[in-house]
Amino acid sequence: MSTQLPPYAHALGIALDHDEDGLPVLYADFSDRIQGRPGFLHGGALSGLMEMAAIAALRAELERRGEAMKLKPVNVQVEFMRGGTEQRTFAMGKVTRAGRRVALVNAEAWQDDRSKPIALAQMKVLLSPDE
Amino acid sequence: MEEPKSLHDLPPEFVFDPSRAAKFMTRHGHGGWLDLTYHAHGPDWVELSLPWREELVGVAETGVLASGPIISLMDNATSMAVWTLSGRITPHATLDLRVDYMRAAVPGRAVIGHGECYKLTRTISFIRGIAHDGDPDDPVAHVTGTFMATHGTYL
Repeated sequence: MSTQLPPYAHALGIALDHDEDGLPVLYADFSDRIQGRPGFLHGGALSGLMEMAAIAALRAELERRGEAMKLKPVNVQVEFMRGGTEQRTFAMGKVTRAGRRVALVNAEAWQDDRSKPIALAQMKVLLSPDE
Repeated sequence: MEEPKSLHDLPPEFVFDPSRAAKFMTRHGHGGWLDLTYHAHGPDWVELSLPWREELVGVAETGVLASGPIISLMDNATSMAVWTLSGRITPHATLDLRVDYMRAAVPGRAVIGHGECYKLTRTISFIRGIAHDGDPDDPVAHVTGTFMATHGTYL
């Protein structure tokens, strides 16, 4: 499995932690770059991490199917459940449904306790064959 | 006038002014890294500007911005719109944000985030906004969401 991350991910220190049953788990260490109000993770940076995880999961799924697709995000809904604190944050995406033209991908983010996610994201992505 | 050092250090007669506040609120942290700057404001809205740069690109081949920076831009602009309408800085947390992407932002162009607060209750604020890259009638994204006051109330 190849997980290629864009410049935005590299700039924020978002990287691949490990692979969980074919799903990439990404992480980002806390830094001033992703801090919102003092001591807490910025909601936008957290959304960015979950978006990267969602796209990575979708690419992994399409790769398994042997389909080369161009992805175009349609919308994203993010729910913030707990404030992210000054520690490593993980995110993993899960493809809920990927048809021929549209994919629905869920992602969740957590910190030290996997059973207590800090945020959820649901993303819809338009798929078109990559010429 | 000297700028307040922290949000908790404000005099009681303080009235939130986004044009001044943006200078210190976007100097540090994620907003500072994104180089968000004040653009304009009205009674219930605030506009911030997000300059395009290579580091913020989400698709290397096309140069299109990642959606993370757009969400951050809209989160900050709408958050400041809430304080602008309420007149004071009530510490709050984003509960949810929904972003609809109309089209990709044109590489190289700054994105303007127009955030508006359309309803305040004691503990919840309702926000919406658009992001555009030059023409407000041809937005890049529409946003809606809610914030919750974590200490004190909006009204």
